[in-house]
Amino acid sequence: MNTILPLTLTDVSVRRRGKRLLGPVDVIMGSSGLTMILGPNGSGKTTLLRVMHGVERLSGGKVEWSVGQDEARHRQAYVFQTPIMLRRTVADNLRYPLNLIGIARKEIEAEIVEWLARIGLTPRAGLQATRLSGGEKQKLAIARALIRKPDVLFLDEPCANLDGAATRDIEALLQTALSNGTRIIMTTHDLGQARRLADDAIFMLRGLLHEAGPADAFFNAPQTAELRAFFRGDIIT
Amino acid sequence: MIPRILTMLVALVLGSAAAAETIRLAVTTSFENSGLADVLLPAISEDLGLEVQLLVVGTGQALRLGEAGDVDAILVHSRTAEEAFVADGHGTYRREIMYNDFVFIGPKDDPAGVAEATSAADVLKRIGVTQPDFVSRGDDSGTHKKELALWQAADLSPERFGPWYREVGAGMGASLNTAAGLDAYILADRASWLNFGNKANLALLYAGDAALFNQYAYLAVNPERHPHVRNDLAVKLEEWLTGPRAAQLINGYAINGETLFVFNAKPE
Amino acid sequence: MSDIYEGLVSAFWLVVTLDPDLVQISLRSLQVSLTALFIASAIALPFGTFLAIRRFRYRRLAISLLNALMGLPPVVVGLIVYILLSRSGPFGVLGLLFTPTAMIIAQVIIITPLIASITHQAMRELWAEYHDLLISMNTSSGQRIRTLIWDGRRNLLTASLAGFGRAIGEVGAIMIVGGNIDNATRVLTTAIALETGKGDFALALALGFVLIALAIGINICIHWLSRTEREGRW
Repeated sequence: MNTILPLTLTDVSVRRRGKRLLGPVDVIMGSSGLTMILGPNGSGKTTLLRVMHGVERLSGGKVEWSVGQDEARHRQAYVFQTPIMLRRTVADNLRYPLNLIGIARKEIEAEIVEWLARIGLTPRAGLQATRLSGGEKQKLAIARALIRKPDVLFLDEPCANLDGAATRDIEALLQTALSNGTRIIMTTHDLGQARRLADDAIFMLRGLLHEAGPADAFFNAPQTAELRAFFRGDIIT
Repeated sequence: MIPRILTMLVALVLGSAAAAETIRLAVTTSFENSGLADVLLPAISEDLGLEVQLLVVGTGQALRLGEAGDVDAILVHSRTAEEAFVADGHGTYRREIMYNDFVFIGPKDDPAGVAEATSAADVLKRIGVTQPDFVSRGDDSGTHKKELALWQAADLSPERFGPWYREVGAGMGASLNTAAGLDAYILADRASWLNFGNKANLALLYAGDAALFNQYAYLAVNPERHPHVRNDLAVKLEEWLTGPRAAQLINGYAINGETLFVFNAKPE
Repeated sequence: MSDIYEGLVSAFWLVVTLDPDLVQISLRSLQVSLTALFIASAIALPFGTFLAIRRFRYRRLAISLLNALMGLPPVVVGLIVYILLSRSGPFGVLGLLFTPTAMIIAQVIIITPLIASITHQAMRELWAEYHDLLISMNTSSGQRIRTLIWDGRRNLLTASLAGFGRAIGEVGAIMIVGGNIDNATRVLTTAIALETGKGDFALALALGFVLIALAIGINICIHWLSRTEREGRW
């Protein structure tokens, strides 16, 4: 199957109420691996992620996939920082995206059983999803995103506010997805997580793409003073 | 499931609308409260196969219903208003059917001494002097109009009364409830009073003056004004109401052994 | 106090002996109010949902209007419907005045704004919660509305029940447009008003208790029906 990548952002900018939130940004996302977007609060990480996913209105520029917009929209998924649970059971949350694309019921049920086991929620399949713990909700949200086998998965700080065990489970889920060929683009505050997962990384500052590169060079030989300060833990604005 | 419920509901709605021959008759609350309707309506249904739907309202609204053509006939008791109704062409004539009488009700200890009065006018004069609480219907009904005429006959005008004169703007029953609650005097028709269940500390204090007679008249709505009214049924009902069976039932109707109505329809 | 006791006793006997008048009046109450509820819900639920998820020019105005209409005095609604349906009014030819249909029309007017307003509140909250997810999942607007209605069905049920409560307990409007005709348009509330007028407090109270029991019964029934579906999952 051909992929919807690469993703090309050309001269993209986002302004709201006269304030520039992002851009102009030019970037090309290749077809494999995990790209980690880093940067201080308010630097435009989430906005960049939402722009790529196509849920943020552009003030200028273009976002293009290698296929048409419509097809691309179907082949990507997004996990929000605060997981949004449908007011249904855990199993029905997994069923929802599959019902949208209309595949055979038998296949749907098999997928649900498999994913429930993978995120360890089989015994809670009939529970209202809104009653899960924070970590369980996030795992379910990721499973619900991956169950449609997207080419690209976006995650916005998926492990914010989660404990170590939940973070480990989620990173394992992401590793499995990566090895199955899913392209992952995510943001994080956790430098350790960035080092553990990233194949390449982007450093955002004041709405601009400040530095980018393969993980090894990015983390071990940062080129700009700001990125070095960020790694040191200084406050930069 | 939902279509079935809908069908059911539609059937219910239509079902209740589809009856035999029905006629709409606006009557006064005092007539309905007398309970006479419960005797007359089954007999009418038996003799004429006619279902009479009663709209129980004040005389004022009954006349309005007739003017608008929303009922086929009216049975009320306010001669001046009835004559105006006919004069304006809303009905072709009025037919007197029967009369009952009004009575003065008040607290048992009777602070105004109404029980010793010599006439209806005397009753009101005594009340005007003592000024105990007095409840007036105040709803433009036949009873209300009668009360106002009686005040006038006693040379008193309620507009100038103090707060002891209470216009409640309600039907006979509700007004009696108010009077019972306030321990007040009130003018009521005898039938409503006898049938009233919440007498509390009230008692019948004065009755019998000819000025208190209460003539009921039947008026069919003018079919030339309102072509849709069932004038044929209205005429049929009028014939029955002025006939021998009605006379027997009306004269024989009694509550606790007291007869209430006197049949006085004249044959045509 | 003895009035209340007598009311309870006569209510008990009326119900136990299945008094035919009581049965007929109660059924008519249910028929009128349930029909009104059904029609009002069919209008108000989609309309309230629509107001919650679509932005259009006069949306604020529509919402304010709705909230204002929610407080419509039933007597005024009754009077207006009466004038419209009167033989000398614009819809007089239909001959609907003093029929159950007229009562249904009045009740629909009274409860539709109430149901729509509660629906709008509930759906607005749910839409705020779901908005990002449903956009991200690339759902069509039809799929969005279906998802909202399905996941918000309990709130919609509450909205409808509020409407039903107002309809079945309403007396001002249906007294005017129905006329409280025995065997034709007499319902529980108008019968209560009538018996109170006659000073027969025991019977009025008995009817009142039947009315309350009916309203509670319907509520429990509907909640029970909506719950069986998810039993064991909670």
